Amino acid sequence: MRFERRAHRPLALVIASPVIAIVAALAISGALIALAGAPVLQAYYQIAVGSFGSKLAFTETLTRATPLIFTGLAAAVAFRAQVWNIGAEGQFYIGAIAVAAFGAQATAGLPAALAIPLLMLIGAIAGMIVLLLPLGLRLKFGVDEVVTTLLLNFVAVLFVSMLIEGPLKDPLAFGWPQSVPVADNAILPKLIERSRLHIGLAVAIAIAVVVHVVQARTVFGMQSKAAGLNPRAAKFAGVPLASTLIKVACLSGGLAGLAGAVEVMGVKGYVTTDLSPGFGYSGIIVAMLANLHPIGVIAAALFTAAMFVGADGMSRAIGIPSYIADVTVALSLLTMLVALFFTQYRIVK
Amino acid sequence: MEILDIFASAGLWAAVLRIATPLIFGTLGALLCERSGVLNLGIEGIMTFGAMAGWLAVYNGADLWMGLLVAALCGALFGLLHAALTVTLGLSQHVTGLGITLFASSLSYFLFRLIVPIKGTPPTIVPFQPIDIPGLSDLPFVGPALFTQTAPTYLAIALAVVLGYVLFFTPLGLAVRMTGENPHAAEAQGVNPITVRYGAIMAGSALMGVGGAFLTLSAFNSFFPTMIQGRGWVCIALVVFSSWRPSRALLGALLFALFDAYQLRLQTAVGKAVPYQLFLMVPYIMSIVALVVMARRARVPQALMQAYRRGER
Repeated sequence: MRFERRAHRPLALVIASPVIAIVAALAISGALIALAGAPVLQAYYQIAVGSFGSKLAFTETLTRATPLIFTGLAAAVAFRAQVWNIGAEGQFYIGAIAVAAFGAQATAGLPAALAIPLLMLIGAIAGMIVLLLPLGLRLKFGVDEVVTTLLLNFVAVLFVSMLIEGPLKDPLAFGWPQSVPVADNAILPKLIERSRLHIGLAVAIAIAVVVHVVQARTVFGMQSKAAGLNPRAAKFAGVPLASTLIKVACLSGGLAGLAGAVEVMGVKGYVTTDLSPGFGYSGIIVAMLANLHPIGVIAAALFTAAMFVGADGMSRAIGIPSYIADVTVALSLLTMLVALFFTQYRIVK
Repeated sequence: MEILDIFASAGLWAAVLRIATPLIFGTLGALLCERSGVLNLGIEGIMTFGAMAGWLAVYNGADLWMGLLVAALCGALFGLLHAALTVTLGLSQHVTGLGITLFASSLSYFLFRLIVPIKGTPPTIVPFQPIDIPGLSDLPFVGPALFTQTAPTYLAIALAVVLGYVLFFTPLGLAVRMTGENPHAAEAQGVNPITVRYGAIMAGSALMGVGGAFLTLSAFNSFFPTMIQGRGWVCIALVVFSSWRPSRALLGALLFALFDAYQLRLQTAVGKAVPYQLFLMVPYIMSIVALVVMARRARVPQALMQAYRRGER
């Protein structure tokens, strides 16, 4: 048995691969649930009810999906150009803390229609800076950005921790380490009354569409793809490699920073060091499940968010640790990689 | 000068060896994988799983050495998965490794929570005790500084020597290095690159598992989520720092641990004048600096991160 490269990738298979990957991941997790002695189908039923079963559950899933769309896009645009940004988690936190720093007082006098976009931009720029550093090290010294972005995640969270126990500490938080809250004019309007769902979701979807158009229709989109597929060929064909990668990093880091900004302005109002339950890392999975397609990111983020939101309810009902959601989502990344492999190769005897 | 007095305390040097141990195991494991041409970013998750599995085995009545063995076997199994995906299928080593890390760590948390229900205080085990070496441990200063470690620490140091010998002075090591430099040439010499890579990844991942288990079976006595704290990523940086040589990996891990142990003590010496987070950042920033310094000088295995498929170039 060996593998033979297909002459071309069957489109149906490419489109079906995320579904196949998710089903396979659910099957393997199902075996784990069965091993734990719990009814598998009922567990998945509980997850479905917990994430889509009521209006409240559904808005909660959408709220959870919002940052994942941003971080998923951040990973997707970067990976497409072979910029291995694994630092979305750190960029998320720096974007968040930048918003807290500026949104508490500096922008408090502005009308909301001005303050909100301005703060989003500030969060995005903060995220950009965090990614430009490791990219600069790659371009200048040839340092692999995978490891540097990963290491910077820890630095970023410690930096945030330092600020919220120091200069940005909320004096009214009874000693809890949390940042000063952003002013009321920086709080994102709700999409649906009496839910946590905010306009950040609409922003995320709009940006996904914009990213798709940019990637599909602009010179930059073509250049970033070429830089990812074959950097040497791209350079030979006249693609300015360094500046393309810098633009990609600005976009990717900016999106991750924006994720943090929107989460602060939309959900919490202030920053703590547990603001993100791994949104940055989950974003990588979202991007891979979407096969790096910006519109696909929305669907993949929805699946991932549903697993996480649904698993909490399932855990309470059946007593299986909610970490099963993390397991399933991580597995779906691996199964997706295998599924994508078989869109390119076939087995021959 | 208080800041320099720290170096004169035996406790510092004992801590250096203790902090270095998981890093030595992890770095040697990652180094072995990379010498065969495969980057293993699963390390962070494999160390987490090793920490959990080793601890759980001992918690359920196994001997401490059996705990380390369990951690090694679990590591090797994740290595097998990594090898199947990156060697047989030739998938992206970056993304696969991250996937293994996410999978292995979430699986450890899941299994741990499933088997050990939430209690007020986390359950503990009796960890490895320091070995009393007759003669050496009783020496003034040197004794408490260097010879009050637990057995796995000495094992880690011995392992660096053994791995260095195997890699550079045995046919097996030559086969591993050749596969990492040029799998086509290795194949022409009658070495099967696929087998070599499977073996190197599984053995390397077993070492990562042991490195994780050291934390729960010797350094601490309980398991808690996120306890690996990026040590795996530090190991990946240390491999580059070591230029893919076990002796320098040992040196790098010790140097790194020295900074870490020093900053911990400096933190207490300086008190609240400087935010403690700044000290905690030092290890990560050190790793990045080490990467920058070594990036140009290091001689990377030439076939690192290149999939090998027969009949394809």
